[in-house]
Amino acid sequence: MTISTDEAAPSTFTVPPALAARADQGMRLNVELTTRLLHGFIREEIAKVGYERVVVALSGGIDSALTAYLAVAALGPDRVRAIMLPYRTSNPASLGDAHRVVATLGIDYRIFEITPMVEAYTDWEEELTPKRRGNVMARARMIAVYDQSEAFEALVVGTSNKTELLLGYGTLWGDMASALNPIGDLYKTQVRQLAAALGVPQAILDKPPSADLWEGQSDESELGFTYEQVDQLLYLLIDERYSAGELVAEGLDPAFVRRVHALVQGSQFKRQLPLIAKVSQRTIDRDFLYLRDWGR
Amino acid sequence: MESQRQATSLVAPRRQPHCTLGLAQVSPRLGDVAANVEMHLAYIAQARDAGVDLLIFPELSLTGYYVKDLVPDVAWRCDDPSWEPLLAASHDLPLLVGFVEESERQQFYIAAAYLEGGRIRHVHRKVYPATYGIFDDGRFFGAGDRMRAFDSRCGRAAILICEDLWHPAAAVIASYDGAEVLIGISSSPGRGTSEASPDLDSALAYERIGAFYSQFLTCYVVHCNRVGYEDGISFFGGSSVFGPDGQRLAHGPYYEECLVTAELSPVPLRRQRSRLPLLRDERLDLTHRELTRIYRSHYDLP
Repeated sequence: MTISTDEAAPSTFTVPPALAARADQGMRLNVELTTRLLHGFIREEIAKVGYERVVVALSGGIDSALTAYLAVAALGPDRVRAIMLPYRTSNPASLGDAHRVVATLGIDYRIFEITPMVEAYTDWEEELTPKRRGNVMARARMIAVYDQSEAFEALVVGTSNKTELLLGYGTLWGDMASALNPIGDLYKTQVRQLAAALGVPQAILDKPPSADLWEGQSDESELGFTYEQVDQLLYLLIDERYSAGELVAEGLDPAFVRRVHALVQGSQFKRQLPLIAKVSQRTIDRDFLYLRDWGR
Repeated sequence: MESQRQATSLVAPRRQPHCTLGLAQVSPRLGDVAANVEMHLAYIAQARDAGVDLLIFPELSLTGYYVKDLVPDVAWRCDDPSWEPLLAASHDLPLLVGFVEESERQQFYIAAAYLEGGRIRHVHRKVYPATYGIFDDGRFFGAGDRMRAFDSRCGRAAILICEDLWHPAAAVIASYDGAEVLIGISSSPGRGTSEASPDLDSALAYERIGAFYSQFLTCYVVHCNRVGYEDGISFFGGSSVFGPDGQRLAHGPYYEECLVTAELSPVPLRRQRSRLPLLRDERLDLTHRELTRIYRSHYDLP
């Protein structure tokens, strides 16, 4: 969707078995401790700012399903509202899966089809690439979910996982927008582990990951590697602080390492607030240093 | 290892008494000192009811941890009138609280004060402000320059603030200075879980520290860690007390506010030091001589 790189992705990669095993083992979570940490995070970080409720944009995929499960466990079903935001080309199965989540959790939900909202723009700007069209859709959803949060007196809970955030595989101010994100430090592999442990429906666990921005879209074919492979690499690079050179020396495909490293570096801007030109003696977010939880 | 003066004194050596320690595993509000004083007073009342003899609060319990630019707003000097309600409470319940200390020369430290009988009896400034990864202490705080034991209601004690616990040198100095109780206080973030372990990686480190120091310095080791969240960083609690044989005597839950209590007694301390006389055989002279040599060599001194 928002990936762009000049380098063609090789079709297959190898992560040497010993390193793959190290990464897989390192990523395996203690489910009980992790859920306690995340439940407390959701509960406390919304209460501190005077809220009691959250809204979650539910796509039918595993990330938003897990987020909804965590939010319900933290706050109770009455304080979580799901918003389903299909587009006319969305896979109908996605909406079906989202329905399964709200039925299982017993939470309130609303469905708003974003097609007219998106097409008000795309009819005017006809020459849209799939990437631009996907970004417009993601930002249309953001407008709806933020407005619904106001109506429900709730905060928007984010659903971007660590893999997407590191690769920049998301739309800035679109699906990346939220007030707080409980799964942003969990790789896709870990999302899968946690979702399975918490009882997210099997159909959602089993289907291939897709941003569902156009028919037949698949994250892994678009990215050019599997989440399993890239999570192993990212875990070693980020969490274990291996250098790219060390990983290549240990047998990882150099093109794979180069490409992923380039994606991470190239998307750093997406993980930060806009740059502010420093003019004065004291500049917001530079030397005006207070936590968001200031006084809370 | 014992000083000649103490060994030949006609006065009976001060013995570690029986006492009940209370560890307040609390969640301070970031930068809201008035609210935190009220929270302290509520725990003091609870601890009194529980028969606690010394109540310990975690690192920066009066201010919250990531105070950053709030430092000058939340700092107290040791003669600040704001201490009054806590000093008053310390008449019948000695307290150890975490605060931002402002020195007479307007310098700021992560500090802990021991309050007893309406006075501040001892202040420890964090000797190793943590400045790496998610920690930024060194940007906002100076480093303490002394590691001293002091006499407390629960025996001779020394305070180690969070990162201080990670430096065995600090614990060893406290032990040389006669500490029978090492009191660690922390705002330690919860980080790292693995399927193979029931503990957070960061909690496991404190378990190892507690077990190791207590067994090999033959002393009590206390760790009071806060709970709550600051900007998505969780503090895991799991406060603990280890006996002089390295066994854990008390353990607070993860991620829950509570008062943890533990009984300290001179009996196991004496028994353990009798059967494992590591302190007797300590070589202060050798340590001093070798450290002096290393110090001179390190700084190119004659």
